Amino acid sequence: MTHPTTQTVEAPATTLAVDARDLHKSFGAVAAVNGVSLAIKPGEIVAFLGPNGAGKTTTIDMLLGLSVPSHGTVSIYGHTPRGAIARGQVSAVMQSGGLLKDLTVRETLELTATLFADTRPVDEVLERAGITEIASRMVEKCSGGQQQRLRFALALLSDPGLLILDEPTTGMDVEGRRDFWAAIRADAARGRTVVFATHYLEEADAYADRIILLRRGKIVADGSAAEIKNLAAGRTVTARLNAPDQPAIAGLPGVDSVSVQGGKVSVHTKDSDVVARYLLTQTDAVDLEITSNNLEDAFVALTGDDAQTPSLAEGN
Amino acid sequence: MSTLATPSPTQPERVSLERRVPSAGGLNVTFIKIEIRRLLRNRRTVIFTLLMPALFFLIFGLPNKDQHLPNGQSYGSYILISLAVYGAMTAATSAGGMVAVERALGWSRQLRLTPLQPAAYIAVKALSALSLALLSVATEFVIGFAFGVRMDWQIWLIAGLVAWLGSLTFAALGLFMGYLVPSQNVMQLLGPILAVLAMLGGLFVPISVMGTTFGEIAKFVPTYGLGQLARSPLTGDFDWSWVVNVAIWLAVFTVGATLAFRRDTKRV
Repeated sequence: MTHPTTQTVEAPATTLAVDARDLHKSFGAVAAVNGVSLAIKPGEIVAFLGPNGAGKTTTIDMLLGLSVPSHGTVSIYGHTPRGAIARGQVSAVMQSGGLLKDLTVRETLELTATLFADTRPVDEVLERAGITEIASRMVEKCSGGQQQRLRFALALLSDPGLLILDEPTTGMDVEGRRDFWAAIRADAARGRTVVFATHYLEEADAYADRIILLRRGKIVADGSAAEIKNLAAGRTVTARLNAPDQPAIAGLPGVDSVSVQGGKVSVHTKDSDVVARYLLTQTDAVDLEITSNNLEDAFVALTGDDAQTPSLAEGN
Repeated sequence: MSTLATPSPTQPERVSLERRVPSAGGLNVTFIKIEIRRLLRNRRTVIFTLLMPALFFLIFGLPNKDQHLPNGQSYGSYILISLAVYGAMTAATSAGGMVAVERALGWSRQLRLTPLQPAAYIAVKALSALSLALLSVATEFVIGFAFGVRMDWQIWLIAGLVAWLGSLTFAALGLFMGYLVPSQNVMQLLGPILAVLAMLGGLFVPISVMGTTFGEIAKFVPTYGLGQLARSPLTGDFDWSWVVNVAIWLAVFTVGATLAFRRDTKRV
C-alpha cells in the first residue's frame, strides 16, 4: 500500500505474560474448569487461591500445555504453551515428584540445562536455591525441603519470563519459606511474572500483588488482597434489640445488609462505627459485638458451598 | 543450610523476552552420558547385563571349548556368541525399560516442561540402550578371548556387530513394556521373560538338541533370528527366514512402543 496516509504511531501493546481466554476442561461429565479467562501482565505476582477441586491445578496444567483445554485458548508471551516452553520462557515448580533418584543434585541440573538453548550457569542457580552444599548429594538422599529447592533451581535454569508454582513452599520450614519468597520478589523486580497456587491464605495475602479466587472451575474474585477482603465487606455488627427499625439501619451510610433473627440484629457494613453509635444511642441495643472480616472470611464467603455465585466476580 | 540468595550481580538486569529454541530437539551428548552413568549406577543392571552373561560363559562355554561344530569351529565360540546376543538384548531391554521408572517418578512429566522433543527423548533412550549393549558384547568377548577363545577377526567383528545392533529390537521391547507396565520394577518382570525367550530361541541350548517340537517353536521366538544371524559367520550357515524373523519382531516391538508412547503422552 503506497497511498500517503498519516501514520498514527501507537505505543506497542505490551505482550501479556498470560493471555487465557474462556478455558474449559471437562473430565467426563465433570467440568473441572468452566470458563476461566486470565490476563496477567509481565512482572505481576498472582496467587490462585481456592479449595481443593476448585480447578487450580487443572488451570495450571493448561497454561503449561500439559493438558489441552476442551475449549478456549492459551497464549504465553504470545506463544503457544509448548512454544513458550521450547524457548525456556515458562517454567514450573510442581508439588511433588519429577526428580530422578539416581542422579546427584548437580547432575539433575546439568542434564536439564543441556535441554535448553540458553541457561543460567548451574552454580548460580544452585546458589540461588540455597543448595550449593548438597550439589553432590544423590537426590534420593535429599529431604523433602531440599528436593523442593532443587525443583525451584530447575525452574530457574532458563531464567523464565513466567514462573508457575504449584504449592511451592510445601515441606519448607518457616525460614525456608521466607527466604523463598524474598528470592521470588527479587525476581519479580527483574520483570519475572509469577503465578502460584496455594492453600496458605497468609501466603497469598503476604506475597501476591493479585489474588484470583477460584471456586468450582470459575473465577469468583480477582483483585488485590485488600480488594478481596473488602468483597466480603468490612465488618459485622451484631446486637440484641427489641423491635429493630430495619429500614433505618439499612439507610445508615456504609451498610450492605441487615438481617434480623429472633431478637438479634446482624448488620454487614463498611463503617461499623456509624452502626454501633446508632444502635447504642438511638435504640435499646445490648450485647453489641463488632467482628472484622479477614481474608479467610472472604475466602469462606466466596468459595463456600452455599456461597452465591456473586456479582462480586465482576468487581475487579 | 544456606538461605536462598538474591540475584547475583552476573544475572542480567531484566528477564529476557528474546528466546531461542534448542537445536536437534534437545538431543545432546551430555544427556546420553548421564543416561549411561545412571544405567551403570544400577547394580541390578550391571549384574544382569554385564556379569551374568560373562559368568554363564565361564560355566557353560569354557568346558565346551574343545568340542567342535560340524565345520570344525569351536563349540565354545558358538556359546560365546550366543551369550553375547543374550547380554546385549538384556542390556538394551533394561535401558528401554527405564522409561517405566521415569514415568512412575514423574520425570517424564518434568521433561515435558523442557524444550526436549519426544523424538529426541526416544533417540536418547535408543542410543543409551546401544551403548550398554555394546559394553555387554565387549565384556563378553574380552572374557572369551582372555579364556582362550580364538576366531578369525572377521567372525569376532561380524558376530559382535550383529549382536550389538540387533539389540535395538529389544530396546524397542523395553520401551514398549516401559510405557505399558505401570511399575518401577519393570525389569523384575522382563528379566525372567528374557531368560525364557533366550532359552526357547536357542541362545542357551542349540536348536539341534531341542527336539522337533521345540525346534519348530524356536523359529517364531524373537531371539531365534538374531542368534542364528550372529552365529552365521561362525557356522557358515545363512537363511533369509532369520532376517525375516528379526525384521518382524523389530516391527512388532517398534509399533507397540510407538502406540504405547502416544497413549502415554496424550494422557499426561
